[in-house]
Order: sequence, then C-alpha cells, then structure tokens
Amino acid sequence: MDIKQIASAGTMESSDVYVEIAPGNGTLEISLESVVVQQFGDAIRAVVLEVLQEQQVDNANVRIVDRGALECVLRARVETAALRGKGNV
Amino acid sequence: MRRSMLFLPGNNPNMLINGNCLGADAIIFDLEDAVSPAEKDAARILVRNTLRYMDFGGCERIVRINSIDTPYWKKDLSTILPWKPDMILLPKTGAAADAQAVDAYLTELEQQLGMEPNTVALMPLIETAMGVENAFSIATAAKRVRALFLGAEDLTTDLQCKRTKESKEIFYARTRLVMAARAAGVEVYDTPFIDINDDIGIREDAAFAKDLGFSGKVSISPRHVEVINEVFSPTQSEIDYAYEVLDAIALAKKQGKGAISLRGKMIDAPIVTRAQQTISMAMALGLGREEA
Repeated sequence: MDIKQIASAGTMESSDVYVEIAPGNGTLEISLESVVVQQFGDAIRAVVLEVLQEQQVDNANVRIVDRGALECVLRARVETAALRGKGNV
Repeated sequence: MRRSMLFLPGNNPNMLINGNCLGADAIIFDLEDAVSPAEKDAARILVRNTLRYMDFGGCERIVRINSIDTPYWKKDLSTILPWKPDMILLPKTGAAADAQAVDAYLTELEQQLGMEPNTVALMPLIETAMGVENAFSIATAAKRVRALFLGAEDLTTDLQCKRTKESKEIFYARTRLVMAARAAGVEVYDTPFIDINDDIGIREDAAFAKDLGFSGKVSISPRHVEVINEVFSPTQSEIDYAYEVLDAIALAKKQGKGAISLRGKMIDAPIVTRAQQTISMAMALGLGREEA
C-alpha cells in the first residue's frame, strides 16, 4: 500500500523515537539514526519492517531517529506515522 | 487498594515506561487533557502498546479516555480494551446516562473480545456541578461503576469560583461525593493537589480528604505519591487498636458475652467493621500480624 502524504510521529525527546514517512519510489527505504545503532540497529530495522508489513506499507521512504525508545514505543510511533501517511487518522 | 493514583500523560514515553516504579498503587494513562487534539491518535496507540508490552506488577492500570461529547472516546476504548486495562476513567460525567453510554459500549466490546462481562471497571470523574448533583445516580448507573473521582479544577470553573489551596470552595462537593459513593457502596477518590512543590500542603490536603472518608487521592506529580500513600495507610497504633478490638470480640464470643468494652468504650458493630477494614488494609500492605 502506498503512502499518500508525508507524515511523522514521535519526538526527539529521550525514550522516544521520531519517525517520518514519505511516498516511496517503488520500494521501501529505511534510514536509521540511533546512538545504539551498532548494537541494536538490525533489531530496530526488523521491528520497523514488521510494523510496516502489518500496515501493508511496501512503498515508502522512512526516516527513524531513535532516542532510546523501547520496542513498544518504536512500534507505536511507526504505526502512527504509517496510519497518518495513509491518511487513516 | 488504591491509596494513590498517579496521572501520566499518554503521549510521553519517558513517563509511561517508568510508571511502575513511581510508587503509586494505580497509574492513570491520560488520553484526555494531557494530549493535544493533533496527538490523540499517537497517544492512543502508545498507551495501547504500553498496556500490551509493559509489566506494571501490582500497580493497577487505569486509562482516562476522552469524554463522550468528543469524537474520540469510542476509538479510545476499542483500541485499548483488548489489553485489559483495570479501569476506565470517564471525564466530565454529568449524569447516569453518560456512564450508561460508556457501559453499553464496553459491554459490546467485551462480548466481541470474548471477555467476561464487567471485566473492565468504570470510574466516573465528577467535575461539573451537574455531576456533583447527580453523584448517587452516577455511582449506581451500572454494575461496572466501582468508584467516583472528584475533579476540582473543572468543577470550580463550572462553579465560577476561584480554586484555592484551602479548598473551601469544594467542601460541599467533597462531602457530597463521599456520601453518594458510600451510599452506593463504591470507592471515592479525591482531586489532585496542584502545588507540586508544597510538601506540607499535600500532606494536610490528603489528611483532610482521608478524614472526610475518601478512599485515596489522585496525584499529578510523582512527588506527592509517597505522602499520599503514607496518609492513606493505617498507622501502627491504628493497627494495634484494630487487633485489640478483634481480640476482645473473639474473647467475648468465647466467654458468651454479648456486649464488651475496650479502653473504657463500648465496642459495637461499626467499630468492629472499622477494625476489620484497618486489618484488611494492613494485611494488604504487609503490616498485619503474623497468624500462628
């Protein structure tokens, strides 16, 4: 499912994650910034992909700026950004 | 047992994830006033995930949804209910019909989710003059109504009076709510004390609420939780006296005596009931006597 509009969710505050989602060019592109990217980068990407799959998003550019968010927070923010990007709020 | 209930803003991960270590008996995840209209969707999903993934131990999980005059309340409930919050706090409850509308929708959701009826309790937040006047009918509006909660900030706005630290302006509302809740057989919780830095004021305010008959007090700051817990816990001398009462009753029963006195005062049924309540709370807090 396509993302119709640029949308974001979350904040840059501690324990949160900022997620920005925009219409893609036929694929799913994910960029990730996190102070723990060396240790948890793969795990964070896997969670982001899983939530996007649940939301049936396969064509989008996604920017993740992690500020030490727990997985439940990351899941919430990605889901919110995806729903907003699809116009389902 | 809910001596203290602490509000946490529903869209603030830093506070939500630490909710279980702030000492409150219950946490209230707030989807209403603490969340701007533009972030209602985000908060709802974040609170749902917090309920789903976080372990709050013995800390009760309450969600304040948006009031029924907003477009949000049904979505709030349908999003969070699968993860079984212990209780729903319904703001701006003005009449029994408000509580019944939410009760009906909760019943529908519980059926859809295969949950037992009345699994999720309801606590109407009384914060309008109409709500205060209808307190008893609200408290008895549905089986799932297990408590009332007085919200003084909105109430004083509705009363067109100043909200003061002395709280004389809410005295009637406080006593009215306690009376209505006790008559209905439900718990009743006092409004937050809003001066976060006044350590003496919160203690006095909580003690006054306890003296009026409130079951506990709500807080908007983790700083107030410890004091509230202390005020609403039985003291050692209260616990000792309660045991004396129960021991005296047990002895009198053994000796076939009808009426007894203790410390020069007659022990009658209300005193025994109060002693039992004190012991029950002491046991819950781990302060009770070890039985042989």
